Amino acid sequence: MNTVQADRWRGVVERTWRPAALLAACLAIWHLVTVTGLVEAYLVPSPAKTFGLLVDKWSYLSGHTWVTTYETILGFVIAGILGVLMAVAMVYSRTVESTAYPILLFAQVIPKIAIAPLFVVWLGFGFEPKVIVAVLMAFFPVVISTVTGLKSVDTEMLELAATMGGGPVKTFVKIRFPAALPHLFAGLKVAVTLAVTGAVVGEFVGSNEGLGYVILQANGNMDTPMLFAGLIVISLVGVLLFLLLDLAEKLMLPWHASRRGAAVTTLLAKGGS
Amino acid sequence: MSTDVTVSTSAVAINDVSVRFQSKRAEVTAIQQVSLDVAPGEFVSIVGPSGCGKSTLLKLVSGLLAPSSGTVTLLGEQVRGPRHDIGFVFQRAALLEWRSARRNILLQAEMRGMNSAEAGKRADELIEMTGLSGFENALPHELSGGMQQRVALCRALLHQPRVLLMDEPFGALDALTREQMNVELHRVWRETGTTVLLVTHSIAESVYLANRVIVLTRRPAVVNEIIEVDLPADRDYSATMARPEFASATAHIRDLLGAVTGHD
Repeated sequence: MNTVQADRWRGVVERTWRPAALLAACLAIWHLVTVTGLVEAYLVPSPAKTFGLLVDKWSYLSGHTWVTTYETILGFVIAGILGVLMAVAMVYSRTVESTAYPILLFAQVIPKIAIAPLFVVWLGFGFEPKVIVAVLMAFFPVVISTVTGLKSVDTEMLELAATMGGGPVKTFVKIRFPAALPHLFAGLKVAVTLAVTGAVVGEFVGSNEGLGYVILQANGNMDTPMLFAGLIVISLVGVLLFLLLDLAEKLMLPWHASRRGAAVTTLLAKGGS
Repeated sequence: MSTDVTVSTSAVAINDVSVRFQSKRAEVTAIQQVSLDVAPGEFVSIVGPSGCGKSTLLKLVSGLLAPSSGTVTLLGEQVRGPRHDIGFVFQRAALLEWRSARRNILLQAEMRGMNSAEAGKRADELIEMTGLSGFENALPHELSGGMQQRVALCRALLHQPRVLLMDEPFGALDALTREQMNVELHRVWRETGTTVLLVTHSIAESVYLANRVIVLTRRPAVVNEIIEVDLPADRDYSATMARPEFASATAHIRDLLGAVTGHD
């Protein structure tokens, strides 16, 4: 057992030391650039100052972080549900696909930042316009990936299902949807990072709370440490949500090819102990 | 045996069936006026040149494809859409990656809404019969090609279909595994009494397993010849291979296939 645990830790270290080292190197360069006065402090604050501010003003930042996170998650969940439903409709109906696809593409290429003000005009300064922008940003990758996933099912598997006589609902629930999950998760992971962007863009356009608001305020006051702190927190929110989805994928799809490497390693480790 | 009205009739009756596809340029005839009767419990192999429409024939019987003309009757009832009273095995096992071997077999039961206790018992019997014991909980990617095909076979037999359709089921396996699978399929057929239609590229396989071998011509496929296999009902593999009847049958089929491919 101990060797297994040791192996596992060694695995964790092996996977994380390179990105950790790169991050440390970036921080070191950032630090050097600021302490040597190469860049003026009012343009780029030192890491120490930025992280100090992050800690000092955490009570202020945390409230805004929660607002942005809430908008992001709500937008992501709505986009996920609508995206999957849309994809299912498109895969099962030629008419829906040919009708909706051009409009979908059109909606995707419109710069969201350009239509965000419209939502503020329509819906005011509350959370609704931010959620809508987040939905618009996250919707497209979910639809595209789910359509690809649902269409990638073996024709032989579907023919087999036809001879089993389960009907379209059982075929969808037991065969088509589970088979589409790896694609769906890929789309969701892209979508969640875009939803963060959407929420912040929505806040830029008109709001009195959220991290987008914090950044805009800091910008107006030339408060670069706060600006940097806001950026760091936004990135962390995005990374955290992404990792949560990655974990969900790991738990739900242990069978999938992209996860098999890990499973085999565990198996070998078990066999070796 | 049951006293079903269909017992006296053919298990499968293909009557003057043609299949035409519309390609970009012209109409392509895949199958032309093929007729074939398969008796209940019979094992019939279908061989022919690549792309001649052997698989199309199985799709017609299962109702996955409608003929352009002619009729297909399965178990006394004309085929008008996908039929549920058959078992189908493809060249690729077509297993669900996320289900264990046993749960892949049970998919058949779930789709059909069979009693789960009975289906489970039946699945265990089949697992035992096909030598899958010990691999019930393995995922498809942990199984060899032969094992995966065994799972596909169990799944096709779970609901005790009276007709089993097999489309090159062992085409992707290595020669040795293929021989083992042939022996097992022969035994399973003897034990279940199911009617089997097997499409294959292997002449030896077609003769070893079947009562009759249907030899098709190249496209548009017509029945070239039907060969009655004159071998004992219970066939030991190597003993069968050594028999003169086996040698003459395979030589004859090889001639037929060579003749049809060599003409133009």
